[in-house]
Amino acid sequence: MNLARLSFPKTAKKGEIIEIRTLISHVMETGYRPDATGKVVPRDIIRRFTCHYDGEEVFRADLWQAIAANPYLSFTTVATKSGELTFTWEGDNGFRHVESGTITVT
Amino acid sequence: MPMPGRTRWTRRETLAASAAGAVGLLLVRPSWGTPDALAAAIREFTGGATLQRGRVKLDLPPLVENGNSVSVTVRMDSPMTAEDHVRALALFTEQNPQPNVAIFHLSPRSGRAIVTTRMRLATSQKVIALAQHSDGSFWSDQVDVIVTLAACVEG
Repeated sequence: MNLARLSFPKTAKKGEIIEIRTLISHVMETGYRPDATGKVVPRDIIRRFTCHYDGEEVFRADLWQAIAANPYLSFTTVATKSGELTFTWEGDNGFRHVESGTITVT
Repeated sequence: MPMPGRTRWTRRETLAASAAGAVGLLLVRPSWGTPDALAAAIREFTGGATLQRGRVKLDLPPLVENGNSVSVTVRMDSPMTAEDHVRALALFTEQNPQPNVAIFHLSPRSGRAIVTTRMRLATSQKVIALAQHSDGSFWSDQVDVIVTLAACVEG
């Protein structure tokens, strides 16, 4: 089972604005919720998401507890050249996950 | 403290609100948001700059059945050129335990200033979107949301 899902066009015209959608499986535990014994469950959230296009950062999101479980993000970028799109999720307890995919720009 | 239907925050108001917040946080239950905490979070984003109403648009259903996952879109019309672009879009809540929701950092390489995510709403409340423009101005929009089933922040 994949931890993260990506959706963006595999090919685009140079200068075209493309939509990127990402989803990652993560509990996003708020740190406000008590468990069955009444003890508060410690916070465990993704705090930062970044998208790099051919090594350059093109989008970044700082996230807090109010983001729903399994964080979904949709954003846009300009298709500049063929290359790699890299997505990084980082969070509490050393959480870090990287996914990537390629785009061909004509 | 913001008045209903009014989002223009002067430097004096935000400073006063944050000073009040330092005291207020000791008095209220720590697990729920306060207007002071919201003002402080907004001030951190704007650096105390004046907020203007308009230009940025927050799309959120006015009636939500399940506060655990609410689709929210924030956008601003902009050519997204080096001289004229949106630097950041941010979301805040009035009454979630933590006022910050997300800050999205954009650039001319974004092409458009539009971001969609899914958020939690602990109760019926106001959701606020702010935008930072490359010319240094800050813009705001807000939506009052009624939540039938709140996100389970208290178990």
